[in-house]
Amino acid sequence: MKKFILTISLILPAILLLAQSDKYKQAMVQHIGKIESAFQSGNFLEIANSFERIGDAEKTQWLPYYYASYCQVISALVGTDKSKSDVLADKADALITKAETIAGGSNSETNVIRSMIASAHMMVDPQSRWQQYGQVSAGHIEKAKEQDPTNPRPVYLEGQSKFYTPEAFGGGKAIAAPLFEKALSMFDTFKPATEIAPSWGKASTQYFLSQCK
Amino acid sequence: MRGLILLIYILFGTDQMFAQSIVSGKIRDNRGKSVPGASISIRDSYDGATSDSSGKFRFSTGEKGEKMLVITSIGYNPLEKSITLSDNQIDLDLQLRESPNELKAVVVTAGSFEASDSKRTTVLNSIDIVTTASANADVTGAIRTLPGTQQVGEKEGLFIRGGSGEEARVFIDGTLVNNFFYSSVPDIAQRGRFSPFLFKGTIFSSGGYSALYGQALSGALILETIDLPERSSANLGLSTVGLSAGYQELNKKKSSSWGVNYSYNNLLPYFALVKQRVDYFKVPVYHYADANFRVKTSKTGMLKFYATFQANQLGLRSADIDSALLKNAFSLRNHNIYGNLSWKERLGKHWKLYAGGSYSNNHDQLGNELQNQEDQAVVINYLPYSAKNYKGDISASLAQVKTVMERNLGGISAIRFGGEYLYFQDDIKFDDTTSKHVILNDHFKAAFAEADIYITNNIAAKFGTRLEHSSLINKTNIVPRISLAYKLGEKGQVSMAYGIFYQKPERNQLAITRQLNYTKATHFIANYQKLSATKTFRLEAFYKKYEDLVKVSPTLNNSGYGYAKGIELFWRDKKTFKGVDYWISYSFLDTKRDYLNYPYSLQPNFAANHTASLVLKKFVTKWKTQFNGSYSFATGRPYYDFRYNNSENKFDITDQGKTISYNNLSLSVNYLPSVGKINPKRFTVWVFSVTNVLNQKQIFSYNYSYNGAYKKAVVPPANQFFFIGCFISFGVDRSDDIINNNL
Repeated sequence: MKKFILTISLILPAILLLAQSDKYKQAMVQHIGKIESAFQSGNFLEIANSFERIGDAEKTQWLPYYYASYCQVISALVGTDKSKSDVLADKADALITKAETIAGGSNSETNVIRSMIASAHMMVDPQSRWQQYGQVSAGHIEKAKEQDPTNPRPVYLEGQSKFYTPEAFGGGKAIAAPLFEKALSMFDTFKPATEIAPSWGKASTQYFLSQCK
Repeated sequence: MRGLILLIYILFGTDQMFAQSIVSGKIRDNRGKSVPGASISIRDSYDGATSDSSGKFRFSTGEKGEKMLVITSIGYNPLEKSITLSDNQIDLDLQLRESPNELKAVVVTAGSFEASDSKRTTVLNSIDIVTTASANADVTGAIRTLPGTQQVGEKEGLFIRGGSGEEARVFIDGTLVNNFFYSSVPDIAQRGRFSPFLFKGTIFSSGGYSALYGQALSGALILETIDLPERSSANLGLSTVGLSAGYQELNKKKSSSWGVNYSYNNLLPYFALVKQRVDYFKVPVYHYADANFRVKTSKTGMLKFYATFQANQLGLRSADIDSALLKNAFSLRNHNIYGNLSWKERLGKHWKLYAGGSYSNNHDQLGNELQNQEDQAVVINYLPYSAKNYKGDISASLAQVKTVMERNLGGISAIRFGGEYLYFQDDIKFDDTTSKHVILNDHFKAAFAEADIYITNNIAAKFGTRLEHSSLINKTNIVPRISLAYKLGEKGQVSMAYGIFYQKPERNQLAITRQLNYTKATHFIANYQKLSATKTFRLEAFYKKYEDLVKVSPTLNNSGYGYAKGIELFWRDKKTFKGVDYWISYSFLDTKRDYLNYPYSLQPNFAANHTASLVLKKFVTKWKTQFNGSYSFATGRPYYDFRYNNSENKFDITDQGKTISYNNLSLSVNYLPSVGKINPKRFTVWVFSVTNVLNQKQIFSYNYSYNGAYKKAVVPPANQFFFIGCFISFGVDRSDDIINNNL
C-alpha cells in the first residue's frame, strides 16, 4: 500500500498535468474540427467564443486566441451585412493582440490574421478604403512571408487578393493562378508544428484555383 | 493498481459519467431587447455558451461550487454574476448595459458635415473634397456642393444660410486663418490659398458649431492638416496654368518628416488660348512656397509645423460704367505669410492637451486708375470720377495662441476647456480724394468650456459656453451653445442645436469708428439623419435670428437685424447604381435683413431661395480613369440700386430685379496610368477638367452707373475654365493625393 501511495504521489502530478494538457488539446481539436462546418452553418461567432473561453481559462496558450480571432475575422469576411464588419474586425484585432502578447510577439500566422483584418475593414467600402487598408493588408502578408518562408497561407492570401483585384489594377485570374499553384505545392510540404497548429487553407486554395481556370 | 486505473478513469472520464449542472437563461439589454451573440462563460473553465438570435443560452457544466459567470458582448459592459453549482439547474435573466463607444454612439450632426478618413461614419472623406468636379482643387469649391451654401460667383467666401461671406470663418488645426482666400478683386471670386491635399479632415459647420470656435456669425470650416506622409517622395506637376515641385522626406523610424513645396502659376499662356472678358495688363502670377515638419513626440503625441509664403499680382482693365470712353485699371500686389505650429498629446490616462499657435501677415497693395482709350491715366475732379483714382496699402497681421485641455469623464464623455489670445493688427493706408491712415490693434481674448455627455449610446448632449473680449471695441460677450442628439434605431438619429454667435464688425467699419458693438446671430437647428455604409440621408431645418447688424446710415450703428430660415436635404448613395457614387443636395432659404445701406429689411443680393447640386463620381477600372461630374443650380438672386436721398437723408431703392438662374455643369477626368503596376518607380496622374461645359450664361448681379440710368451685368471673366495637368510622384503611390491638384 505504501508503495502504491508512493507511486500515486509520484505519478499523480504528471497525470494531472497530462490530463490537463490533454483536456486542452482535446477541446482544441474538437473546436478546430467545427470550423469547417461553420462555413455552412455560419456560427463562427459561437466557435470564436468557445476558443476565447479556452484562451481565458488557459492564460498561457496563444492558439485559442489565434483561432478566436480567425473565426471573428472570417465571420466579417463572409458576412453579408458589411455594416457589422468593422466591429467584428476590431474584435478580431483585440484577440490577435492578446495572442501575440502571449506568444511573445508577432509570428507568421498572426500576421496572416492581421492581413485578413485589414481586408475585412477594406471590404466595407473598397473604393475609399483601398488606399488605406490595401497597403496594410499587403504589408502583413509580406511580414508573414518573411517570418516563415514555408508558410503557404500568406501566399494563398496574396493569391486571393490578386484574384479579387481588377485586371487594370494589376490583379485578375491570370496573375492569381500561379500564386495559388505555388501555395498548393507549399501546403503539400508544410508540416504544422503540432496537430492544433494552424493548417487551414488548402481546400480554399484548391477552390480558388479551380475558379481561375 | 486498480486504484490507479480508477484514478485515471476519474481524471480522463467523460463528462457523461458525472452529474452536471445546467445553466440557461436569456440576455437582454437595458431597453429589454434581446442580445444575440453574447458570450457566457464560467471563469477559468472551458464551459459556456453563446446566446442565440433570441438572446437565449443553455449549457451544461461539470464545475462545482461557487463560480463566477462572465457575460461579454461587443458594445456592452461585461457582466459578472456569481453562481453556485451543485448538479442543479440554474435559469437566469440577465441584463447587459450598453457601453458608450464611438462606433455606436449617436453623433451630434445638427449643422455639421464632417469629411474625414479616420472616423468611420462620415458623410464625405477627404478624397471626396478633391474629386468634386466643380471644385478645381479648392476646398471651398467642394463645400459649395453641400446644402446650406450659396453659389456666389462674384465674391469669395462661403455664404452660409443667408449669411454674407464675411460671416464664415476658416480654422486650420484649431486656429483662425485670417486670410484664407486670395485678396479680393472687384466682381471676381477668388480661390482659397490652401491646397486640399494639406488636409486629412474637414468639418463644415453651417451653424451651431462648437464653443471652441467663435467670431463667425454663420458657420465655420474647420480643417485638420495631415500627419506623417506614408514614405519619402518627390513630386512634379505641369499644367496649363503653371508648374509645381515638392519633396517630402520621412525618416527611417517613421517618426518624423519634413517637406518643401513650390509652385509657380502664370496665366499668360492660358489667357492667350482662352479669351477673357477683361483685359489683363498684368497677367495673374502666383508664387507659392511652403515648408513643413511633423514629429511624433510620443506614441500619442504629434507636433506639426506648416508655413507658407505667397506672392502674387494681377492687373485688369474694364470699361467704366459711367462713361463710354473711360476704363478702370485695377491692380493688386499681394504678399502673404502664414505659419502654424500645433501640438497634440495625451497626458496620463485621462487628459489630452492641444496647443497651437499661428502667425500670419497679409499685405495688399492695390489701386485703381481711371484711363482713357489709349490706356493713359486720366484725372477728373468731380464725382463719380474723382473717387475712381485710389490707392490702398493694407497690411493685416494676426498672432495667436490657443490651448485646449480635455478630460475624459469615463466612457466617451469628456470635458474640454481652454483659452485663446489673438492679436490683430491692421494697418490701413487709403488715398482717394483724401488720404487716410488707420492702425487698428485688437487684443482679443476668449475662454471656453464644453462638455460631451453620453447618457447612453442613444442620447448625447453637448453643453458649451464661450466668453470673449475685444479690446478694440472694448466689449465682452458670453454665450451658450447646446446640442442634443438622440438615436432612433440602428441607423437613424435626430439632433438639435442651439447657440448664440457674436462677431466683430468688419475692419473697414472699425476704421471709421470703434463705437460699435458685436453683431449677433442666434441659431436653432433640427436635423434628422439616416446613415448606412452606402447611403446617407439628411434633412435639416434651421432658423437664424440676426441682431445688431452694422448699418452705415445715418452714421455707422448696430441697428441692423434680420432672419434666415430654411430646409435642407442631402442624399448620398453609393449602392443603387453599380460603381457610381453620387450625392444630391438641396437648400431652401428664406431670408431678409436690414443692414449696411438697406432702406429696410430685404432679401440680400447674395441669397438665392433655391439651390441644388448633383455630384457624380465613377471610376472605370478598365480604363484606370475616374470621371467626375457636378451640376449646380440656383434660382436668381435679387439685385438693388440703393441711392441716397439727400432731401430725406436716407437710402432709397430706385431699381431692383432678379438675376437669371445659375447653372453650372462641370466635368473632370482623372487618368491614372500607373495604377496597379507592381511597385511603380513613379506614379502619374493626368487631370482634365472643364467648368460650365454647356456654356450656360451666368449673371451674378448688376452694377449701376452713378446716375442710375444704366446697369451692367456682373459676369464671370470667362464662361468656361479648362484645365489639363500632369502630376508625377516619384517613390510613392499617391494616386489619391495628386488627383485634381489643379493650381
